[in-house]
Amino acid sequence: MIAFLIKRLMHAILVMFVISVLAFAIQDNLGDPVQQMVGQSVPESEREAIRERLGLNDPFLVQYVRFAKNAVQGDFGYSYFYREPALEVIARHLPATLELVFAATLIIVLFSVPIGVYSAIKPRSPVSRFFMGASIIGISIPVFLTAILLIQVFSIGITVSLFPESTGWGAWLNAALSTQGNMPSFGRGYDLVHVVGHWDTNLVTWDGLKHLVLPAVSLASIMLPLFIRLIRAEMMEVLQSEYVKYARAKGISMRRVYFVHALKNTMLPVITVGGVQIGTMVAYTILTETVFQWPGMGLMFLDAINRADIPLIVTYLMIVGVIFVVTNTIVDLIYGFVNPTVKLTGKPA
Amino acid sequence: MTTSTPAKAPSRWERLRDSFLWYSFKRDRTAQLCLAVFICLVIAAFSAPLLAPTDPYDLAQIDILASELPPFWIDGADPMYTLGTDAQGRDLWSIILYGTRVSLLIGFGAVALQALLGVTFGLMAGYLGGRVDAFLMRLADIQLSFSTLMVAIVVGAVVKATMGSAFYSQYAVLMLILIIGLAEWPQYARTVRASVLAEKNKEYVDAARVMGLRSKRIMFRHVLPNTLSPIFVISTVQIANAIISEAALSFLGLGMPETHPSLGSLIKAGFDYIQSGSWWITLIPGAVLVVLVLSINLLGDWLRDVMNPRLYKG
Repeated sequence: MIAFLIKRLMHAILVMFVISVLAFAIQDNLGDPVQQMVGQSVPESEREAIRERLGLNDPFLVQYVRFAKNAVQGDFGYSYFYREPALEVIARHLPATLELVFAATLIIVLFSVPIGVYSAIKPRSPVSRFFMGASIIGISIPVFLTAILLIQVFSIGITVSLFPESTGWGAWLNAALSTQGNMPSFGRGYDLVHVVGHWDTNLVTWDGLKHLVLPAVSLASIMLPLFIRLIRAEMMEVLQSEYVKYARAKGISMRRVYFVHALKNTMLPVITVGGVQIGTMVAYTILTETVFQWPGMGLMFLDAINRADIPLIVTYLMIVGVIFVVTNTIVDLIYGFVNPTVKLTGKPA
Repeated sequence: MTTSTPAKAPSRWERLRDSFLWYSFKRDRTAQLCLAVFICLVIAAFSAPLLAPTDPYDLAQIDILASELPPFWIDGADPMYTLGTDAQGRDLWSIILYGTRVSLLIGFGAVALQALLGVTFGLMAGYLGGRVDAFLMRLADIQLSFSTLMVAIVVGAVVKATMGSAFYSQYAVLMLILIIGLAEWPQYARTVRASVLAEKNKEYVDAARVMGLRSKRIMFRHVLPNTLSPIFVISTVQIANAIISEAALSFLGLGMPETHPSLGSLIKAGFDYIQSGSWWITLIPGAVLVVLVLSINLLGDWLRDVMNPRLYKG
């Protein structure tokens, strides 16, 4: 176990090292900081002096070590646009993104497990077929399009006049298919409750939750079909195994076989994939937050790109790198604990 | 060396007709429908200059006064514009045809690049093993531990910031192919490596080695043909993914410029007008995108069921 732990940590450190080198190379190659600091009239000799004083003439490696040392201490430089430490800007935007990811994860867990298990137990039932069909459609709709559709249906509203209004059923169908469209589609709302530090929460007020619903649903929509299919496939495989047949033959109630015996082993691979996907969701928050103008890290990153706010871009990359590495490492460790048969030292079996 | 062919070898077409692939295709209505839809879209997209009533790239044919006209089934539509017009007054039907062409071009191009990189690296990792394998697979691991979309967004953003947006949009098609191609090669590399590992201990590889053939020849001429079916299967899914990635990048403003839009940039451009009620500018290109991706995904599903290769499970 210790060897496995150390191996994972080494891997994590290696990945962070690669990311930091890349991030530094970006910072190093994008524009000339001296040109941004001084005016046109400053002579070349003086520019050279500034360069020397800032250490910009040092070899790449020396500059990188300085950058890494500052980064480890939490100093990523100042954002050009916000005129405050880049880490501070990120910290302000982080809670909004985390709440969004949390809400989406909640939706995914609540829906994918029952649907996946049901469609594994009864693969031929019309309900399962419907969910399988819906899931492949769900995979094929890009997350930003889901978001736009949700806005159109629930925020702007649609008026259906397909059926003749004169007949009773026509009017009824029209009314049933039309939507009001009063859900908020923009930002987090003003009814936030301050928790601690930079963290204002959407989760405790009715208005806050209403603002959260559409972004969270559209963020969940990209992962939900994947998880339904994954859980179904794993569950079907487990149901074929000897021990399930044995449990069944012993006369244990089917409910117990499905939900105690089979589900446990189904969830093993789901944990691995799931943990990695939670990291992946950070990437999709960029899209969701753009559509809903959700003031999180993703929207901030996109704004930083458009403003060429390089320190902020670099800081975002580093922070997201940390999030990915931490989730991946934790998932691997959990998997190692839950499944003792995993090859701990990574030696080929 | 002269070889005598025993009897007449069946032609490619005859072999295809006798194969299980063709048999199962003939029985599967969904697969037939999807292939038909996909082929129609591809033909329509690549013959866009012939089918489109106007040339959306030609500024002289755009009438700003005719902007935001609805499609034909809504009151206030102009019969000249079947699917209505966008905010700049471009005919939506024409611009969708041209946009689909751009999306498909980038999708195919990016997958070709992924396959080239991934297959080469996967073959090398699997066949040569040792340090090469460890290095390449660690690289793939690192890259896959990030989402491929994240990698594409970051690379796109950095390239755009470095080169300036004017340069970037001038070479946007090439840039997007490069970015999406580089972001997704590990998928291929892993799949190919897994099947190479299964193949390389078989006798025909030993035989080839004993005959004194070079590694390169064994890899590409002997092992590669036997790993083709999983490559074929993931290629379909990868094309769908590449098209979605391109749309996502364009939606974020890191892709095709609005003067030469892909489906993604059309959706982005239309999204600004959705609150004013002009839903068709964004939702019609969106529907085309979904139909395109859905038909490819369903074809991929069918192919996977038929060929049933042991895909690398993450």
